[in-house]
Amino acid sequence: MKKKPYVVIFSGYGLNTEDETKAVFEQIGATADIMHLNEVIAEPAILKKADVAVFPGGFSYGDDTGSGKAYGNRVKQHLGKELDAFLERDTLLIGICNGFQIITSAGILPGALIANDSARYIDRWVDLEVVGDSPWLKGIKTLSVPIAHGEGKYYAPKGTLDGLRDDGRIALRYVEGETAKHFDIPANPNGSLENIAGITARNGRVLGLMPHPERAVRFTQLPHWTWLKEEYVRNGKRMPVDGPGLQLFKNAVEYFA
Amino acid sequence: MTARIAISAKIEDARAKSLLHRLKTVFPKSGIQAAFVVSIYTVDAELTPEEMEKSAQRLANPLTETYSLNEVLAPISPDCAIEIGFLPGVTDNTGRTAKETTEDCIGRKFKEGDAVYSSMLLFLTGVSPEDARTFARELHNPLIERARVFAPGEKVPVVVPKVHLNGRAPHADEVDLDVSDEQLQKMSREGIKGRGPLALSLRSMKAIRDHFKTQGRNPTDVELESLAQTWSEHCKHTIFNDPLDEISDGIYRRYIKGATEKIRKTKGKKDFCVSVFKDNAGAIAFDKDYLVTHKVETHNSPSGLDPFGGSVTAIVGVNRDCLGFGLGAKPIANTYGFCVADPNDQKELFRDKGKQQPLLPARRILEGVVKGINAGGNQSGIPTPIGFVAVDPSFRGKPLVFGGTVGLIPRKRGARKLYEKRARPGDHIVMIGGRVGLDGIHGATFSSESLSAGSPASAVQIGDPITQKKFSDALIREARDAGLYSSITDDGAGGLSGSVGEMSREAGGCEVELEKVPLKYPGLSPWQIWLSESQERMTLAVPKAKWRKLKAIFDRHDVEATVIGTFTKSGRVIVRHGGCEVMNVSLGFLHDGRPIEPQKSAKTGRSLKNPPEEVRNADLGRTLLELLARPGIGSIAFISDQYDHEVQGSSVTKPLQGRGRVNADAAIIRPVPDSNKGVVLSHGNTPWYSRIDSYAMAAAAIDTAIRNAVCAGASRKYLAILDNFCWSSSEEPDRLYELKEAARACYDTAIAYGTPFISGKDSMFNDFRGFDASGNDTHIAALPTLLISAIGVIPDVEKAVTLDLKRVGDLMYLVGETNDELGASEYYSMLGEQRGDVPRVDAKKNAKAYDALTTAIEKGLVASALGVGRGGLAVALAKSAIAGKLGARVNLESLPGMAKTAGATLFSESQGRVLVSVRRDAQKEFEKLLKGIPLANIGEVVQAASVSIKLPGQEVEVSLSQLTNAHRSFFKEW
Repeated sequence: MKKKPYVVIFSGYGLNTEDETKAVFEQIGATADIMHLNEVIAEPAILKKADVAVFPGGFSYGDDTGSGKAYGNRVKQHLGKELDAFLERDTLLIGICNGFQIITSAGILPGALIANDSARYIDRWVDLEVVGDSPWLKGIKTLSVPIAHGEGKYYAPKGTLDGLRDDGRIALRYVEGETAKHFDIPANPNGSLENIAGITARNGRVLGLMPHPERAVRFTQLPHWTWLKEEYVRNGKRMPVDGPGLQLFKNAVEYFA
Repeated sequence: MTARIAISAKIEDARAKSLLHRLKTVFPKSGIQAAFVVSIYTVDAELTPEEMEKSAQRLANPLTETYSLNEVLAPISPDCAIEIGFLPGVTDNTGRTAKETTEDCIGRKFKEGDAVYSSMLLFLTGVSPEDARTFARELHNPLIERARVFAPGEKVPVVVPKVHLNGRAPHADEVDLDVSDEQLQKMSREGIKGRGPLALSLRSMKAIRDHFKTQGRNPTDVELESLAQTWSEHCKHTIFNDPLDEISDGIYRRYIKGATEKIRKTKGKKDFCVSVFKDNAGAIAFDKDYLVTHKVETHNSPSGLDPFGGSVTAIVGVNRDCLGFGLGAKPIANTYGFCVADPNDQKELFRDKGKQQPLLPARRILEGVVKGINAGGNQSGIPTPIGFVAVDPSFRGKPLVFGGTVGLIPRKRGARKLYEKRARPGDHIVMIGGRVGLDGIHGATFSSESLSAGSPASAVQIGDPITQKKFSDALIREARDAGLYSSITDDGAGGLSGSVGEMSREAGGCEVELEKVPLKYPGLSPWQIWLSESQERMTLAVPKAKWRKLKAIFDRHDVEATVIGTFTKSGRVIVRHGGCEVMNVSLGFLHDGRPIEPQKSAKTGRSLKNPPEEVRNADLGRTLLELLARPGIGSIAFISDQYDHEVQGSSVTKPLQGRGRVNADAAIIRPVPDSNKGVVLSHGNTPWYSRIDSYAMAAAAIDTAIRNAVCAGASRKYLAILDNFCWSSSEEPDRLYELKEAARACYDTAIAYGTPFISGKDSMFNDFRGFDASGNDTHIAALPTLLISAIGVIPDVEKAVTLDLKRVGDLMYLVGETNDELGASEYYSMLGEQRGDVPRVDAKKNAKAYDALTTAIEKGLVASALGVGRGGLAVALAKSAIAGKLGARVNLESLPGMAKTAGATLFSESQGRVLVSVRRDAQKEFEKLLKGIPLANIGEVVQAASVSIKLPGQEVEVSLSQLTNAHRSFFKEW
């Protein structure tokens, strides 16, 4: 019998993708609970039981004063030590979109996420190349997933960027892959420095990324699935069920197996 | 102590760049060179200098921003600076977040009344003082914001936009109604002591006077305001409910509800309706465990005044209708619709004769409403998979802003039905969410009036999606399923007066203590507290034994929840303030005391004669390109791209479809993670035809909504519809005639298709009465508009179909008949032609075609489908080709139907038609399925990058790149 990892998904103050994130973890055999930030602050021992911590996407504090800033400050002030202790164990942590903005604001990952070059919120699909080592990304070379953010441009001073590169901590880069070619749209959606879409810490156990793998777990979530479907229909084949983002969550569960 | 924290970027700032780009685009003649943005937080609270420093550090990102305290340092040598901030009392979400961050940082809460206010300081170079004043006008809205221009070196003062309400201690006034009819009418028009319209008819004013005479007293202002709100057109839908001509039960009961009742009866066991017309939204069965709900609202007048705030409120307001369905449905999709004037329209209009109150330009209205749904929808974490922009000059006075929300609710938790609710005597009345201020006073009575100089600025609210998201989590994720409340409703129109008044009917009465209501600032009068439409609030009925548990949940979610009274069974609504009774009215009179107003309509006479052949112009290829470039047809990808449609992970078909990313008219979502069932959403909006015939308009709207849903994969047999009527000058007999005709069409068409209405709303006075640039009286009446929104359930989302052509060699078909129905078409509008026949709907014939198509889609035979709509067949062909990045070669020489001329063949907007592509090996089966239905095999999908159309005696060929560029041209820079 494999070990079933226990996943704590943070919520509150405008985070909003915790339901679908929980659904994905449960689909692949994890146990997941959505916890309000104030619940964890009131009872930090929750983190001692957790194997995986998730800061999901959303719009905490409406991005007012800067995305992830207010929530990140609150995390740092009230849970800084507890999260450190959590990460001292052999655990996993992921920050997706607003979650990535939050954990950079809280100082768990370096750099900052600033306004897209277009200065506008954007929802589209992107193609990612895996360039760093992380348990989250094991066995994945490329994947296509959606983004939806107003402040997703990764920024860090040159020294930090060099350090990240040298340490292999740049995990994901935007590349011109399947969906960018299909729709003829630019590879880098927001002007991220060095096309960075995600970075890691703690030997890859902490992953922060702007794209949303939890929105790409089924084939019918792909932006061009009705176009791809015709190929299967005409060749008399069954259409796939899973989407490219699922593997990332499977990896997290496998890590504890 | 009041202090100022100024935060500026130390690396390239995309927002400043975008602002610069916008100013350069709007004012190409200005010499503007550079722009630099500083965020200002004005802290009005007792903080030590160390605390202030620490807070500033928190508010600035050390990697990308710098801060300064008190002094604002200009980072460039500016020619001028513009500060833009909110007016006192306007919702300031950023200020609120800054306050919470500061509180967290210093480890204590601010004192009551202390706050942080946000503003923006803009430094510009290459700008004359005159330019700066023009820019300031462009960048702020004087109804909600202040702007001030500073010369170089001029000191920027610290401004604290705090609300101070002066005057006597707040109390209720007695209102003397023992006055002449003229004075009663004046009071209704201008309000009690001129404080804003009551919008009651003379008959109603007299009924109120007579009622209080029997009580031996005059009403208080609280009572009169409350009655005006409860009886308003906005809340009671008097025009739809009162007798109209021979229809003694009113057009709503006869035609809308009547249609639903008949359809449900006919459907028998196949009836999927669960809750119709009685709750905040309508609900149909999703599966054995869940219901889906839908509701569409408008927020037109406020959006005309403050497009951003108005449309945020539209969407977060209708979200609350979803949260207020049953014991609370989870919002799973938002929809939008904007009816606006051509954004390039330069006509100046004023609300007052002295030209001091200009209407916002058409461009800024569209920009603002787009931004508002962006903020409201995205921040709430609700996907927005579908919407539309419709353009007509008649929407220049007041835009129509539609916002819809689909919800998901389990049928049961244990033995409790979650879709039913009832406040019980003894339950606490609990207000949750935001606080009460002056915002939105008279919203309900205001929307029952035209937009004019008297329109109150306080009628504008700005939504706060995050506060709402917080209580939405507390409700839907915790309190609902724990059974902690027995009823819930939204504080929308009329505020507490509306919600508590409505819930009191469930319990049988109420007693409210107004001084317990949390206020944004002190000094509000009792009537203002009772009537305020401050946003992000809901009212719950909470059993006393459950209160502590409920309060603990809301505390954890950082949302205020306050007991403000008790539900009773006294039969009366009793409201107190400071120990004094300020309202004591029987429920019977409050809800049923409004006198019935019989209405009379008068037939309008319009010529339907077809114009002569010669108006149909020559170069058809060029005409097609011109049509594609019009704002009502052109791509609105810029909107779809900025509205999150993937959140919640439910997206199946996208708002932009195909490689060429063309806007779809329907969307499919998959709301339950372990079910392959889908919800189909679509819309039909065809206001143009009411220029000629409102019956035809309404029928076309219904047909279009159904057709769009069927094209995506829905079956009309599992499809419900919602009606949103937006009329103007509705007191006039000819307008009433048009309304009656449209309602009759609703009945006939819905019954013919078997698609029940499950919810609806109306907005009856979309008029603007004001002045043009020369000071002449101007009246602009929005076209009689009926938005039909369809919602259906499909068994398997994998059968969904998109509109883009898929593969070279696929066969192309046109389903349905093409007639010479160019009246009020986009083509004729472009040519300035007013005459012509409008499209007629033959629902019986169309239903057969739609059913056959549904079967073909279910069998997987259809590669693409697109309902033929605005712009006709030529536009549909172009869109499918652009979307598929594939060419099409078609022959339209002998289409089924009566269309004779090339213009009619290409551009007629005959209803009931669908453009379909089918792979060759499915041809036989497809044609067999559609036997007996008007069908033309018109050609095939080709590799060549053009659309070529053969017509009698001529051939039109336009390259794909030209079509694509034209389609994307209008909103290219948006």
